[in-house]
Amino acid sequence: MTDPVLSVRGLRTEFATRAGTVVAVDSVSFDVAAGEVLGVVGESGSGKTITGFSILGLIDRPGRITAGEVLLNGTDLRKLPESQMQRLRGDRIAMIFQDPMMTLNPVLRIDTQMVETICAHRDVSTARAREMAAEALGLVGIPSPVERLRNYPHEMSGGMRQRVVIAMALMLEPDLIIADEPTTALDVTIQSQILSEVQRLLAQRRTALIWITHDLTVVAGLAHRVAVMYAGHIVETGAVDDLLDTPAHPYTQGLISSIPSAVPRGERLVPISGMTPSLINLPAGCAFAPRCPQADARCQAERPWQKELTRGHALRCFHPLVQGAAS
Amino acid sequence: MTAVLSLRGLTRTYISSPDLVERIANLAGAGYHETRVRAVDGVSFDLSEGEVLGLVGESGCGKSTLGRMVAGVETPSAGTLAWDGTALADMTPQQRRDWELQVQMIFQDPFASLNPRMRVERIVGEAAVIHGLIRRAERRDYVADLLTKVGLNPDVLSRYPHQFSGGQRQRIGIARALALQPRLIVCDEAISALDVSIQAQVLNLFHDLRQEFGFAYLFISHDLGAVEHIADRVAIMYLGRLVEIGTADEVFDNPRHPYTRALLAEAPRLDRRAQSFSPITGEIPSPLNPPPGCTFHPRCPLATQACRMTVPELHTGRDGRSTACLLEHHPQRATA
Repeated sequence: MTDPVLSVRGLRTEFATRAGTVVAVDSVSFDVAAGEVLGVVGESGSGKTITGFSILGLIDRPGRITAGEVLLNGTDLRKLPESQMQRLRGDRIAMIFQDPMMTLNPVLRIDTQMVETICAHRDVSTARAREMAAEALGLVGIPSPVERLRNYPHEMSGGMRQRVVIAMALMLEPDLIIADEPTTALDVTIQSQILSEVQRLLAQRRTALIWITHDLTVVAGLAHRVAVMYAGHIVETGAVDDLLDTPAHPYTQGLISSIPSAVPRGERLVPISGMTPSLINLPAGCAFAPRCPQADARCQAERPWQKELTRGHALRCFHPLVQGAAS
Repeated sequence: MTAVLSLRGLTRTYISSPDLVERIANLAGAGYHETRVRAVDGVSFDLSEGEVLGLVGESGCGKSTLGRMVAGVETPSAGTLAWDGTALADMTPQQRRDWELQVQMIFQDPFASLNPRMRVERIVGEAAVIHGLIRRAERRDYVADLLTKVGLNPDVLSRYPHQFSGGQRQRIGIARALALQPRLIVCDEAISALDVSIQAQVLNLFHDLRQEFGFAYLFISHDLGAVEHIADRVAIMYLGRLVEIGTADEVFDNPRHPYTRALLAEAPRLDRRAQSFSPITGEIPSPLNPPPGCTFHPRCPLATQACRMTVPELHTGRDGRSTACLLEHHPQRATA
């Protein structure tokens, strides 16, 4: 295998709050290779968005990255000064947010915003930047891109805006795109249009993609590998087929059986009992233990470390649901 | 089974008149006129006692407006809505009150739908006291009992909504609906705002309550998986009109309308790996300016000349399937 585009090692991000320190991301490690889609799945508060922000160095006070390495093509981003990080963001790494209006400025026309981005990173004329912007819009399937450039964000539908944001992310051909729930707010048919554009463009350009979502079904159709997060930890990671067909962590299993289409019509679902823990008072042992049907005394007392079940399929659990060859 | 709710040609039109500036401009001959939006256009269906009807559609298709009319929050502009066999227009004040109490609604946003300054006991029990279902002295026990039914600890009676998580708040909303002993519950995207594992808990709660009390549900959602799971029958809506209605088995296993087919083909599923998404093109048109003929024709892969001119009615074929598609019922006319 070629060297990964992004390699995260032992990432830990903390937030100091009045009630105590919240460890939002803890001991998170993963790799993403060129052309690979990594799905990061978790419920609200699992730390998936903060992981994305930490990679981009967008953690502000009271938050702080306290440990770990973020290697982009071998360079540790945590050691770079802010000025260099700024040049990197939007150029080598791009981020797509759930709400396109978080990226777009409502009082500026689309062309102003796109041209500004291009000129900030590339030494090109404004006219050439406009051409690049129009090309990028055409690429994500926006009809009549040259006219659309003159629109304000409010003149576009939600799906169109998200396409503009994706076009802006792809425009400078970054090595890595981090997409945080980009299709969650969209309708099924629009979501599917955007997923198909993303798939096509990634395959052409071999961009690495981290797709953060709470929706396992989208990940099933899009991702090559999946990382499941719970209370700040990656609890299970593996190739999409391994992880969805033979989930080894009880939490992954619980997520899968919570999806209505996984059980026959009209039968009760098998949900995970209880609710996600508060990150302030995490249990000493496994964070999932209070909700876990497998939990025993050891799970309450000791925090499970990551072990590899089979090649590429790793988890943090003392009682995996399937036994691997290597243990 | 008798129809507890029956809709015939139910329509809701919103009219926006020219504002002051536009009226003044009109004096100078600007020609602004009122705009009309048909949010719901001629919807007809029956809902039987204890039945779950799933209502599916994309944003802006009118599914929430339809739900609000069924719950009596919104008044229909045309068409009839009958409850227990009595049309809205013919109801005595007593019948009207019964209808309003017997249909309860659960909203999408569990943060916006509970009064933040009331304690749980009052949120859940207030309406039942006011409508004379219980006496004020009984409220505490009544609410405690309801909270147990929806899976909350009755100790929380004197807490405020902000002390609960999203899933718990949604349970409070459900308890509030149950407090009036309804026969029909309108769930408008009631689980969309919840986390996956909590969604499953609430779906199970709906399932159990139905077993226990025999409610009918109008389950409005854009989530095909949840609707497939809970509904007996499914109605698909597009731009204010029903395009297909049938049993869950029929619609999900053998969809007829091109829009239903497209929706089902594109819904991501756990067993669809490395899916190549091949979406239908375009977006839902503006209801301000709907396309002529079949409103789906600009996006329909099968559209013919006839589809651009004729509005298809919801038609029940010989096999009992109801669709609003020219190609389904008049293939010869469509190809002509």
